[in-house]
Amino acid sequence: MQVEYSGDVMTLNMGPQHPSTHGVLRLELKTDGEVVAEAIPHIGYLHRCFEKHAENIDYPGVVPFTDRMDYCAAMNMELGYVLAVEKLMGIQVNNRVRCIRIIMAELNRIASHLIAAGTYGNDMGSFTPFLWCFRDRETILDVFEETCGARLLYNYNWIGGLMFDVKPGFEKKVIDFIDYFEPQVDNLNTLLSNNFIFIKRTANVGIMTPEVALSYGVTGPNLRASGVKFDVRKNEPYLGYEEFDFDVPVGLGEHGPVGSCWDRYMVRIREIKESCKIIRQAVAKMTPGDVQESIPKRIKPPAGEVYMRTECPRGELGYYIVSDGSPKPYRVKVKSPCFTVMSAFREISRGAMIADIVAILGSVDIVLGEVDR
Amino acid sequence: MESIAQLLQLIPKYDVLPALVRASLPMLVSAIVIFALLSLVVLFLVWLERKVSAHMQDRLGPMYVGGWHGWAQTIADAIKLLLKEDIVPELADRVLFKMAPFIVFLGAFAAFVVIPFGASSIVSDLNIGVLYILAIGSLAVVGIMMAGWASNSKYSLYGGMRSVAQIVSYEIPAAIAIMTVVILAGSLSMQDIVNAQKGGIQRWFLFRNPFTFLAFFVYFIASLAEVNRTPFDIPEAESELVAGYHTEYSGMRFAFFFLAEYANMIVVAGVATTLFLGGWTQVLPGTVAGQLVPGPIMFFLKVMALIFVQMWLRWSLPRLRVDQLMYLCWKVLLPASFILVAGAGWLAVYWK
Repeated sequence: MQVEYSGDVMTLNMGPQHPSTHGVLRLELKTDGEVVAEAIPHIGYLHRCFEKHAENIDYPGVVPFTDRMDYCAAMNMELGYVLAVEKLMGIQVNNRVRCIRIIMAELNRIASHLIAAGTYGNDMGSFTPFLWCFRDRETILDVFEETCGARLLYNYNWIGGLMFDVKPGFEKKVIDFIDYFEPQVDNLNTLLSNNFIFIKRTANVGIMTPEVALSYGVTGPNLRASGVKFDVRKNEPYLGYEEFDFDVPVGLGEHGPVGSCWDRYMVRIREIKESCKIIRQAVAKMTPGDVQESIPKRIKPPAGEVYMRTECPRGELGYYIVSDGSPKPYRVKVKSPCFTVMSAFREISRGAMIADIVAILGSVDIVLGEVDR
Repeated sequence: MESIAQLLQLIPKYDVLPALVRASLPMLVSAIVIFALLSLVVLFLVWLERKVSAHMQDRLGPMYVGGWHGWAQTIADAIKLLLKEDIVPELADRVLFKMAPFIVFLGAFAAFVVIPFGASSIVSDLNIGVLYILAIGSLAVVGIMMAGWASNSKYSLYGGMRSVAQIVSYEIPAAIAIMTVVILAGSLSMQDIVNAQKGGIQRWFLFRNPFTFLAFFVYFIASLAEVNRTPFDIPEAESELVAGYHTEYSGMRFAFFFLAEYANMIVVAGVATTLFLGGWTQVLPGTVAGQLVPGPIMFFLKVMALIFVQMWLRWSLPRLRVDQLMYLCWKVLLPASFILVAGAGWLAVYWK
């Protein structure tokens, strides 16, 4: 009997229910043994018609819906929307609101990056960093809970102001947390980031060259990991970010080519430290004031359109809002950072191994709630 | 087994029993004794692992069941697994699927035959004990491949393939590292190897010469891979393959895989203890403690120390990739073990 090698590919459905697809994503893997010839992402399992919903609700009513897009960084999600409507209506908020918004957004960025780093450790088979990260994230959630009553989906940023002012002792709590937390980042680096096996697994995997990143419209930490120094907070400041002193970390390629999974992971860890710096400055800048003084009585923007982009933890989040002068938005379009990076996934994962697919998917740090909306 | 046979003599009318029964009863009794002990130790180890991991991760781990630090948690878990429905996937190969966990467990269980727990506590001191351990350890591969294939699931198949490739590869450096000890002891019998190390910590093969010292680490790394522990838990890589070859198993059959995994941990730790750490002999024979601690307890403590290291590694290290795993085996550990055997042989001949 003669056996002929056919070179067949086996299709492996990774997801929608799989431990490391970070939600309900389905990856169609064309595998030849351990090597993946092609990884085709199929999205849409978490589609909740956000944009269509938004057309049928009044402007403030959209805010809770934005929370549910990127549930790991809800503060940043609602911030983008709120800023867009404020830009459309020409509302100026006072310094206290701006500072609190920045503190909340940066705390939320830390929490989000902690999830990213922790689950990435878990994807790489190391379970302990995951729980270390979640332990520290708890404190942030406690601060949020104390301020607005919710731990995950806040509805805290309102158009023209905030839901509540912060409680007394908020500043101390935040600074205490930052003081405690900054050394913990170094612990995480010792345990995971500089681990030999971890570097071996991630440093030469999933290279996203700057050209690929730019041509696919990748933004945020994923773009910066490829060596492109672009951060909306620096390049197109909002909320007065231009007054703050912080760096924009980029991928340096210490272990292998620039734009590898390790760079993407490490950019997030360094951003955590920058966020700590911003929070310290924002706490120092806080002045007394009424956080609800510029909330308009009726939210009915003039007819027109606006595009507002902010830097959310996963990249550049853009809201394009068209108003026809009625209390409901005519159209809300979201430019999602996770969706754009998902489109580049096929390109950067070509020819990887099954274990690398997990490494690449974890390193681009997507939240399916935002991809599908 | 001789002592068990002597004990059985006390049974009235033992001598009039048929010869076949008389020959097989001691084996049966020792098998039951070992199974019971093994189950107890595994229950303890599962609890210990959960506690060790919990404390490394700033948690408490099981705290409620049974009262003190949740000591009865694993017993409750075992009862739960016993009561669970035994699911066989519709398109699975039923016979192979049902057999596989027992073959995997058999491989781990049968290895206990030659492990010396004490001066006289050994089921059978085979004169080819080391060879027997290596041979019986390969039996699990058959069961794992059966499980991976029969489940009719792609993840199981991948897990089975990875596991077989890994175990078959890592057996080679492990076996060759063991050879250094065999050269020094001049025997394949486990009990002889232990007796050659009598006389305290300085007589352990670990510290006897530099080549066995390094061989211990080669064996330890290879044994981690053989029992699929992190950083070599690629066959069960949760984030990639869900649960590897036992993805489709539930209830008691899953429990047998679990039992086999921990039994294997004990086997490799026991073999490492026997070959390199003096087995059941005393660490400091001259002292009072050295007189008081019985051999089996000493053996148990040494095994536990090694198992703790296995757990420690598991909860701190990430996982290797499958090609890096093979690279480590074939290009690092295998040449290293060859050099170690040659060096140990050279030392044994020219530098007594």
